Amino acid sequence: MESNPKENIIEEVTQKEYEFGFVTDIETDFVPKGLNEDIIRLISKKKEEPEWLLEFRLKAFRHWLTLKQPNWGHLDLPEIDYQDIIYYAAPRKRQEKQSLDEVDPELLATFDKLGISLDEQKKLSGVAVDAVMDSTSVKTTFQETLSKHGVIFMSFSEAVKQHPDLVRKYLGKVVPYTDNFFAALNSAVFSDGSFCYIPKGVHCPLELSTYFRINAANTGQFERTLIVADEGAYVSYMEGCTAPMRDENQLHAAIVEIIAETDAEVKYSTVQNWYPGDKEGRGGVYNLVTKRGLCRGDRSKISWTQVETGSAITWKYPGCVLMGDHSVGEFYSVAVTNNYQQADTGTKMIHLGKNTRSTIISKGISAGHSQNSYRGLVKVAPKAVNSRNYSQCDSLLMGDQCGAHTWPYVQCGNESSILEHEATTSKISEDQLFYCQQRGIPTEKAIGLIVNGYAKDVLNRLPMEFAVEAQKLLSITLEGSVG
Amino acid sequence: MLLNIKNLHVSVGGKEILKGLNLGVNEGEIHAIMGPNGTGKSTLAAAITGREGYEITDGEIWYKGKNIIGMSPEDRANEGIFLSFQYPVEIPGVSIQNFMRTAINSKREYLGLPVLSTIEFMKMMKEKQAMVEITEKLQNRFVNVGYSGGEKKKNEIFQMAMLEPSLAILDETDSGLDIDALRIVANGVNQLHNKDNAFVVITHYQRLLDYIVPDFVHVMYDGRIVKSGGKHLAIELEEKGYEWIKEMNL
Repeated sequence: MESNPKENIIEEVTQKEYEFGFVTDIETDFVPKGLNEDIIRLISKKKEEPEWLLEFRLKAFRHWLTLKQPNWGHLDLPEIDYQDIIYYAAPRKRQEKQSLDEVDPELLATFDKLGISLDEQKKLSGVAVDAVMDSTSVKTTFQETLSKHGVIFMSFSEAVKQHPDLVRKYLGKVVPYTDNFFAALNSAVFSDGSFCYIPKGVHCPLELSTYFRINAANTGQFERTLIVADEGAYVSYMEGCTAPMRDENQLHAAIVEIIAETDAEVKYSTVQNWYPGDKEGRGGVYNLVTKRGLCRGDRSKISWTQVETGSAITWKYPGCVLMGDHSVGEFYSVAVTNNYQQADTGTKMIHLGKNTRSTIISKGISAGHSQNSYRGLVKVAPKAVNSRNYSQCDSLLMGDQCGAHTWPYVQCGNESSILEHEATTSKISEDQLFYCQQRGIPTEKAIGLIVNGYAKDVLNRLPMEFAVEAQKLLSITLEGSVG
Repeated sequence: MLLNIKNLHVSVGGKEILKGLNLGVNEGEIHAIMGPNGTGKSTLAAAITGREGYEITDGEIWYKGKNIIGMSPEDRANEGIFLSFQYPVEIPGVSIQNFMRTAINSKREYLGLPVLSTIEFMKMMKEKQAMVEITEKLQNRFVNVGYSGGEKKKNEIFQMAMLEPSLAILDETDSGLDIDALRIVANGVNQLHNKDNAFVVITHYQRLLDYIVPDFVHVMYDGRIVKSGGKHLAIELEEKGYEWIKEMNL
């Protein structure tokens, strides 16, 4: 007799829920504040990690102890008390609300504006979702398609257990723990993230993203992501979501490493909207990230596309090391700061191989009392002959209380390479606004139109469904910025 | 009466520019406003369209039976007021197509109408482009970016054609135009002109009025309309110069 498929789904889902949370063993859940070797051993043990990974963490921690928090950014980053943080993030206990009525109406209003469906809204707000409508079946189809192609895509923690050799082979090869203060910290205490491996010659058929919220591992503060595209492989990966994400943890120090082998291509897109703090600049997430892609093989390609609208402080330079000959690195960015937000972001393009190319398009938008800086490095090694770089860094100022700054660094070690740099600074003039208004377009819509026109070159690079949400997000972030 | 301005006083930056202006415009009429620089012609346009920075200290502006002082510029636009700017501003990255679509749908939303379908919109674009002899694809051009003076003015008339206003104000539309562009612009205006709408043509020179023939000509001086007449007044003004007006009003 065939069992009722509806019942099966419910069974599966409820079993999973039991698996996940509400572990009542108080002893195993308790990890005190502070950072020392014991705590790191405890974290590693809780995650059931192999010895080599614990060693990796400990080496990183010992190195971190020799370093000081950097302060060269054009940022007002306070001295962080690293002993005042809990470094073990238990699997997120979903606070089950019964309906959307219990959710902050302002949050719901934002969801509506972003066009997020009711089901997604429920999931995002921790509202219990009707089991039958749960996306379990969607998840199943998703995983089936991926495994058919041999694509490995799972949480980092799971990957350590299921594919330890792969992880060990690549971990820390692009961002070693010696890279910088926050990289060392992350390498010591990283919580979780994504691991993705695309086998030789495979064009990953699906847009991979944590946006699905199916694979949204409990990333917590110290996210660690590793993406490997083997020879001839292709993958497009999408991180983050437009919905505003609150987190009690203020410090976010993530690492993303990407490796592209010969003829491989990785597109990495980010939409970041962490809580930016209130209108007076209180609270908000510190988003301090080290992201780097290694174009290891000839003709490999890595492109970074980011829309950064959240966080109180954003400090990151997604970059590419162009090792293979004819390899290509790209960086497309829209970074918005409003109220008292601060951003010091940009990219590093390191040309090592011959005939390598890089493109940088950075669009900064500052409003309110915010400070927005672009900092970029284009470095061409002497042996990287016939290389090309094109950089365009634009700043848009809205109002007269905000700041926009540009620090482009260019180091060229040979005479056969061509590096081009353009920069503009502009503002939304009253003339532009009035022109739109006189055509019947209300102010907020006009700002959205003008800002999206400004950011067009970057938004066009996003996967389609995110491009639409990103446009709305830009408009919403800048609401009320032109009085 | 479509537009009835009564005793309008407008200040800019604390300085009074319009000092009791009166003007009445009926449906179907074309009015020309002439006068030397600094008499407040553009200020009049700004006051009617609701531009910020122009403080109305006295008087009323009646439009379609409503005193529109205090109404936002976009609401006035959606009620059918259109301004062809003297210096149309550039909006990079925003295609004319996207811009017009947003404008038209904003108006339709304001009037409680459904948004225009893509097919209807494209049809409208094609039709109106032809009216002002614009041949290129406008989805690839950004609003006023890289346009010559003449192209900008043609584009203003194109937008006017798309939005079908009841009251269109042309602020020195002829400045910077060669004879061909002038002809095209005037032709566009004349095609749009019907018994239900009205035009207020602000200009320095008589020449435009050979092509867009006014029903009434008003001469402004020192923030007021000091003389009104038929189209012959424009010719008389051209012959006698603005000194004639100044002498009359001393």
